[in-house]
Amino acid sequence: MKQVYINGVGNISPQKTFDNALFLDEVVAVESNRLKCQDPNYKDYISGDMARRMSHIIKMGIAASNICLKDAGAPLPDAIITGTGLGCIEDTEKFLSTLIRNNEEFLTPTSFIQSTHNTVSAQIALLLKCHNYNFTYVNRGISFESALLDSLIQLRLGQATTVLLGGMDELTDNSFTIMNRLGHWRRKPVNNLGLFQDKTRGSIAGEGAAFFLLSTDKTENSYAKVIGVDTFFKPLDTSEIQSRIQQFIQKQNLSIEGIDLVILGMNGDPTQDMNYELLRLDLLRNTRTGCFKHLCGEYFTSGAFALWLAAKILKHQRIPPVVLSGFLAGTKMKNILIYNHYRNLDHSLMLISQD
Amino acid sequence: MSQRVFVTGIGIISAIGNDVNETLSSLISETTGIGEITLFDTIHKGKFPLAEVKLSNDELREMTGNSGRRNLTRTALLGMVAANAALQASTIKDLTKFRTGLISATTVGGMDRSENFFKEFLQDNRKGKLIDIVNHDCGDSTTRIAEYTGINGFRTTLSTACSSSANSIIFGAQLIKAGLMDRAIAGGSDAVTKFTLNGFNTLMILDKERCKPFDEHRNGLTLGEGAAFLVLESEEIVSRSGKMIYCELTGYANANDAYHQTASSPEGTGAFLAMQGALNMSNIKADQIDYINVHGTGTQNNDLSEGIALERLFGEKVPPFSSTKSFTGHTLGAAGAVEAVLSVLAICNRMIYPNLHFSTPMKELKIQPVTKLSQDVEVRNVLSNSFGFGGNNSTLIFSKYD
Repeated sequence: MKQVYINGVGNISPQKTFDNALFLDEVVAVESNRLKCQDPNYKDYISGDMARRMSHIIKMGIAASNICLKDAGAPLPDAIITGTGLGCIEDTEKFLSTLIRNNEEFLTPTSFIQSTHNTVSAQIALLLKCHNYNFTYVNRGISFESALLDSLIQLRLGQATTVLLGGMDELTDNSFTIMNRLGHWRRKPVNNLGLFQDKTRGSIAGEGAAFFLLSTDKTENSYAKVIGVDTFFKPLDTSEIQSRIQQFIQKQNLSIEGIDLVILGMNGDPTQDMNYELLRLDLLRNTRTGCFKHLCGEYFTSGAFALWLAAKILKHQRIPPVVLSGFLAGTKMKNILIYNHYRNLDHSLMLISQD
Repeated sequence: MSQRVFVTGIGIISAIGNDVNETLSSLISETTGIGEITLFDTIHKGKFPLAEVKLSNDELREMTGNSGRRNLTRTALLGMVAANAALQASTIKDLTKFRTGLISATTVGGMDRSENFFKEFLQDNRKGKLIDIVNHDCGDSTTRIAEYTGINGFRTTLSTACSSSANSIIFGAQLIKAGLMDRAIAGGSDAVTKFTLNGFNTLMILDKERCKPFDEHRNGLTLGEGAAFLVLESEEIVSRSGKMIYCELTGYANANDAYHQTASSPEGTGAFLAMQGALNMSNIKADQIDYINVHGTGTQNNDLSEGIALERLFGEKVPPFSSTKSFTGHTLGAAGAVEAVLSVLAICNRMIYPNLHFSTPMKELKIQPVTKLSQDVEVRNVLSNSFGFGGNNSTLIFSKYD
């Protein structure tokens, strides 16, 4: 079976992650229940005329994919595969609101055209003049992980040698308000860096776009090897999660002792984080664990941020202090497991390794 | 690796029928599902025709045993009907026996209910019933269909505009070929919404009459709704069960036009590449294709671009082709799967469907669609095209299995 490497990354997130030379050297802390992206200067990536018509998710996607491709030596990818939980909601809301306010009259097409879920991957193809395979997955908390699975299949079946993989979601005022009414977010502003200490209900909303250039060739710039991905829905209890994790690791001929770091998707809501805590007391009791949602917030494709984090940790052989929640001594890190879930429904596992 | 992938079940609901039998009789009697708007509430009633599924949400709820569940979206309900029918046709009793997944597709998911929610929400963002918005996202209908049918393995959803469910069929087949799954229920579902009807209206590509694909005087598409699913199974489990095989999925490809967000390129680059890619995978020569179920929306742009791609690829010998959107309307995210089911039926029932409402050949093309129903003809290989916004072009090839 062909090996798959991460040869480039590009990440726009609520942290200053768009500069690949840095790695969480400075951490953004805000007092809020909502984290907004630290945007690069989009004019560096998109002409002013085009940018004016584009929603935030399209700009983030184009810039992040651009940074990623540059990092990987600018190959024309054999496939572009993305995942997004809610897609282009800014344009969707714009068209829907005008439609309702104007009772189906006096509408213009731009926001409708840009509202389809595959707009970002299509725009990237258009800018690259890339005629290859172009898929977009939209399944809530496993949208990005589905895109990763498709990428691995393409590469392992020999249908592609390079894949541009991305995960992105944008947060709008309306989507924030709606999810707030559903009780997803903290009622009071919280310092994101203190998210896990302050144990009250709700998480903090987030957003972001992270891209990866996956390849069957290892290069000097390779961050890590992608070992596998698995997803499952609504497990009965923690012991089912535990056995899914064990099966997943065993399939890769590894045991939990061989995992140097487990990145967990804790979001600060005690009702959501229970399973992670129980795992830490049991399967992961002797394993170093870290977390990331205090840096990027909670959103459907936060797994893409986690994969970026894991890839950077392996490449730099350094865990930023803000990520580590335990205090185990550091040795050389080889294998990192990511375990994440979205509201206890969609669960995902990703494993990457330094070759 | 290369596991062969077989179709062992089909399910469909659209404007031309609530099941496979009704669909077949509409096709044979050449009865279109396009007509005046009856159920759907819009100010455009009387201005544009639609291809509606002739069942209200209450009737769909009753049909699926969901009478009490007011929160289900029309997209989910249509999907349940079609996916369940596909499983029954495939005589699957024990879903846990093999690794079984659900790969669905939709473009607007629960938009029908989001439209209700936003009416009140826009006045006051503390208002609007939350039950009307929690099913907005595309993954919702997939979750509901999985729950309803009992498919408890891997599930995911694709959304690539009007090629969405052709792509879910491709991904289902890929999972089987990669050995990750034994069986995939793959397809898609989309309900008519104000969002899409008005969206296409702003682009001025809705025909005021019933759509006339590939006609010189075509004026746009007719919006439809529906859902369709295929049961795809690996060679290995099919040979073990010895069940009936409808046909084989021998080829597929996705390519990108990379020309414009909504318009197709004048050379039909993406369409050409998708068809060529699928032919290459299937190892079938161009002259062995007996029928092409074209994307054929009826818009000026699509039909010209697709027609040019057909002439480029097949030269003087373009196989008989027709757009069944003249029957079903354009079912958007469901279209790829709806037309895949019709392609399978063409093989199984030895027939080629007419392209309805056609009268004048296009000036720019040498070719014209089939206008008469052919029955009792040899249909060995069918090529089906589905193209979407973002230059997303997909082709599937189904082949007779003896």
